[in-house]
Amino acid sequence: MTTATSERETTETGTPLLKLENVSKHYGNIIALRDVTMEADAGSVTCVLGDNGAGKSTLIKIIAGLHEHTDGKFMMSGTELRLSSPRAALGLGIATVYQHLAVVPLMPIWRNFFLGSELTTGWGPFKRLDVKRMKEITKKELADMGIDLRDVDQPIGQLSGGEKQCVAIARAVYFGAKVLILDEPTAALGVKQSGVVLKYIVNARARGLAVVFITHNPHHAYPVGDRFLVLKRGRAIAYQEKKDISLEELTGLMAGGAELEELAHELEHSSSPGAQDALKDVEAGLDDLDAGQAPAKS
Amino acid sequence: MSSTTATPDTAAPPAGSGAGADERVAKRSLFRTLLGRPELGALVGAAALFVFFAIVSDVFISPAAQANVLYSASTLGIMAVGVSLLMIGGEFDLSTGVAAISSGLVASLFSWYFATNVWVGVAMALVVSLLIGFINGLIFIKTKLPSFIVTLAMFFMLAGLNLALTRLIGGSVSSPPISTMDGFELGRSIFAARIPVFGVDVNSTVFIWFGMVLVATWVLMRTRVGNWIYAVGGDAEAARAVGVPVTATKIGLFMAVGFCAWVLGMHLLFGFGTMQSGEGIGNEFFYIIAVVVGGCLLTGGYGTAIGGAIGAFIFGMSQRGIVYAGWDADWFRFFLGLMLLVATVINLTVKKRSES
Repeated sequence: MTTATSERETTETGTPLLKLENVSKHYGNIIALRDVTMEADAGSVTCVLGDNGAGKSTLIKIIAGLHEHTDGKFMMSGTELRLSSPRAALGLGIATVYQHLAVVPLMPIWRNFFLGSELTTGWGPFKRLDVKRMKEITKKELADMGIDLRDVDQPIGQLSGGEKQCVAIARAVYFGAKVLILDEPTAALGVKQSGVVLKYIVNARARGLAVVFITHNPHHAYPVGDRFLVLKRGRAIAYQEKKDISLEELTGLMAGGAELEELAHELEHSSSPGAQDALKDVEAGLDDLDAGQAPAKS
Repeated sequence: MSSTTATPDTAAPPAGSGAGADERVAKRSLFRTLLGRPELGALVGAAALFVFFAIVSDVFISPAAQANVLYSASTLGIMAVGVSLLMIGGEFDLSTGVAAISSGLVASLFSWYFATNVWVGVAMALVVSLLIGFINGLIFIKTKLPSFIVTLAMFFMLAGLNLALTRLIGGSVSSPPISTMDGFELGRSIFAARIPVFGVDVNSTVFIWFGMVLVATWVLMRTRVGNWIYAVGGDAEAARAVGVPVTATKIGLFMAVGFCAWVLGMHLLFGFGTMQSGEGIGNEFFYIIAVVVGGCLLTGGYGTAIGGAIGAFIFGMSQRGIVYAGWDADWFRFFLGLMLLVATVINLTVKKRSES
């Protein structure tokens, strides 16, 4: 069993670890994703932002191997390929930590950590779990991620939501993930717990993983992200390096600067008296957004 | 169960500075570790019950009476081994009581009509018992119905088949007398022997039971399959997501229950010579009660085979103890129901605490 650190790949050489080029996904005649381009380099965090229904989950399903893309190119280390199953994705080192985490609450942390990939020792009918080694590895791997637990024997259900996320991340890292997809890891967490998870995302990046961080919260994405892809209605409305975008701009894109304009347009054509007041509010909101973006642009 | 002693510890912030790590581990004392064990409630209950019967009855603590208690416990405990594994795996089997009878009937009828040696029937019974388990599991997986419904249907079908086929083939409600056939003595010496221990005859089922509990405990605690059993019972979807073969594990568990039904069926056959085709109905609840009293959660993912064994021992003590104490045996079922209620309440508290 090798850890991801031993096969760290350099970003400077050009070819990104994972690259999507003009990827589209149709479900029948519904276009869930259109012409999305993104990269994930080893040792970097690519954030995918978007509101509900923007196409975030379609995108991760394509990367995780749950759905095949309809058009465009999917490339790992420069080779074009199609993923037929989550197992194929795992085989390539693409690990996904879903919102529901895939942990069994009543089982001890170490059993959860190795679930499905247990270490054994001995032979024939005496083949047994290598409990001691699994406990040691679990403790060490979690410590390396900066997670300090008193006892890997306690049920994982006793951990906080953030800690459970971190165990799931550490597990993916240990089992050789090169690309780590995190599906809304901070969505159900409080402010403090979110901070803890963000710290582990930074740790995973430091260990050389290509992290794809899906979120709808720009305040979580901006501090840890190196690159930001903003999706809306299945299209990429922005794909920027961190140096080219400010938190205000990102928030503006997310909060829907364009959407507010659209709303303003709709209200303008509405004749009801209340609509005019609402229009003023929306326009004020737009001015605020512009004001926020202006200094960053210069 | 004293949950108050545990609360301050669980409430302490789990993640913190690295310096305090060892100190926090030390806080988890032996006492607290014991409190976290699923069998503890049952063990305390068993000890209390033992002391109680020892006081109210003079003969209860005699070796002969204890041999009887163990025998009662074993006939229940053998099935409870499979039922506990299955319940930890998150499922029920209501067909266990009649499945054991089916197994004995198959062995008896098959060897009477198609063979000269009882062991041909015994082998056939093993195949049929495993097959019943397999079919239970397969229907459960394919239909995605609750195992409660699937095995309830199997319970009625087997109960009907036991009666109908026995009458159809043998023309009677009981199986033919096979005690004079070849291999019967060997069968009896394995499945229904009386083995003298310190001057008291102990039935061989007691040793078979102990052996099965040990094997089941080994499997649960120290093998990959054991890990999978806990996982499919705790959260089947999560288990599937990390690559645990959920379908195979669940079907395998139903087959393990089938195996236990075969062992019990063989004991009944070799112990009594003939099988009564209408028996076994209602026993499935005793197995489930024993397992739940032993600390397995009805919802799955938690419990031990040893817990199920302690539950069976409690059952054996109550069944025999009530008689030794000179009370009406009618009280037995009342106590059984009461124990189930108390045990379930304790179990729920345990689960809530480990998930908080």
